[in-house]
Amino acid sequence: MKKFDYFKPTSLEEALTLFAQYGEKAKWIAGGTDVIVMIKQKTMTPDVLISLQGIPGLGEIKFNGTLSIGPMVTHRMIEKSELIKKDFSALADAVSWLGSIQIRNVATIGGNICTAAPSADTATPLLVLGTQVKIKSLKEERTVPIEAFFKGPGATVLKTGEMIKELMIPKPLPNTGSAYYKLQRRLALDLPILGVSVLLSLDKNKVTCSDMLCTTSPISSILHKMEEDQIICKEVRIALGVAAPTPMRAVKAEGLLRGKPLSDELLERVAETAVQEAQPRDSIRGEAWYRRDMIRVLVKRMAMKSIERVIQPEETVFPERLW
Amino acid sequence: MGKQTLSFTLNGEPVSVETESHLTLLQLLRDKLELIGTKEGCGMGECGACTVLLDGKTVNSCIFPAMEVDGKNVVTIEGLTDAQGNLHPLQKAFVEYGAVQCGFCTPGMVLAAKSLLDENPKPTEEEVRHGIAGNLCRCTGYIQIIQAIKAVSGQI
Repeated sequence: MKKFDYFKPTSLEEALTLFAQYGEKAKWIAGGTDVIVMIKQKTMTPDVLISLQGIPGLGEIKFNGTLSIGPMVTHRMIEKSELIKKDFSALADAVSWLGSIQIRNVATIGGNICTAAPSADTATPLLVLGTQVKIKSLKEERTVPIEAFFKGPGATVLKTGEMIKELMIPKPLPNTGSAYYKLQRRLALDLPILGVSVLLSLDKNKVTCSDMLCTTSPISSILHKMEEDQIICKEVRIALGVAAPTPMRAVKAEGLLRGKPLSDELLERVAETAVQEAQPRDSIRGEAWYRRDMIRVLVKRMAMKSIERVIQPEETVFPERLW
Repeated sequence: MGKQTLSFTLNGEPVSVETESHLTLLQLLRDKLELIGTKEGCGMGECGACTVLLDGKTVNSCIFPAMEVDGKNVVTIEGLTDAQGNLHPLQKAFVEYGAVQCGFCTPGMVLAAKSLLDENPKPTEEEVRHGIAGNLCRCTGYIQIIQAIKAVSGQI
């Protein structure tokens, strides 16, 4: 492996000053599960690594009206957070299938989005949850919405010497559910063929047909029944991973549903619109036609999972229903 | 910058070792400290053969910077035996249930199992499978491995 110097600053100020000193020769290292692999594969050749492990305050999950996740929070910490599981479910879904426990113990959420892989598991949940990214450099601090953070495969808005200081996620509206599905060939240590996140905020959490969610009824039957309850979708966000050069929002699809009553016919059109907005490519993990077909399927399924999470039917299906 | 001195706890004993700053924890353990129980499989963090415990949690030592162990507590497979050299109950169970074939995945697998049971002493079979999902065994011995882990947790 290429030789490099390794610095462990103990304050943000020291870290940013060090980075300013080495500039292009330096790279940040958080958990290192991407950085060390890239150095081994010779796709990254830094002379200096500046570690963020020793800086206090970057590895905390806090909730004070807004959820604050430090960049050094590991995937395992998120996986174990009851608060995130309950109110920010899509993110909990994403971290529990990322890599392996060994990876999740070390890999950080800041690192996951800074690597900016189109397949980054945490990216689409952060998109549907309306995340704001606080960025710090020696000279300034700025905040960008996560939609503006990704610029291309491996590319972000971060300039040399900048780092993520905090991810801020607003508390969802009442009656909100969110879900992420990672389409993968095996259940551990795989990258997604496709990642789909959906967030829905409904105007109520009681429906007459909630028991249908515990059955094996087809989605169309459940939705036909739900139409009678006139459930309004107050907010909707749909995000797709590995469907374009960057993780993306399907904003046209969202627009069709926002403010409208849920129906099977409408969800079909929403899913179809999301397919048209995506620009998937053929790759070793999956071909574009397959990704398009699965976007159509998974947008609808994740919408159903979000609805299930809002309504929380008392009986549960075992094994858990695969929406 | 070159060499740095790291001080940490290794298998219960304090150690101090001089190292180059670009080494991985696996290189530090095998090449500097001559603890060759920890194996290098893929070298990319995918197979889990290099698993060690860092402050009680599993990490892939092949992609973990040695520099980050300063002040931490590291346990390798060599640290599981007691003072008299008796095998850990998990190691005994692996032997008893035939969970060791070529043995290359075993040190990492045992440590992943230890970490799982430390956190969750009575895991379901599903939880055992999830707990060792980061450790590949290419002799396809998973069934025996799962049985050994369940035996130690008093479930067989």
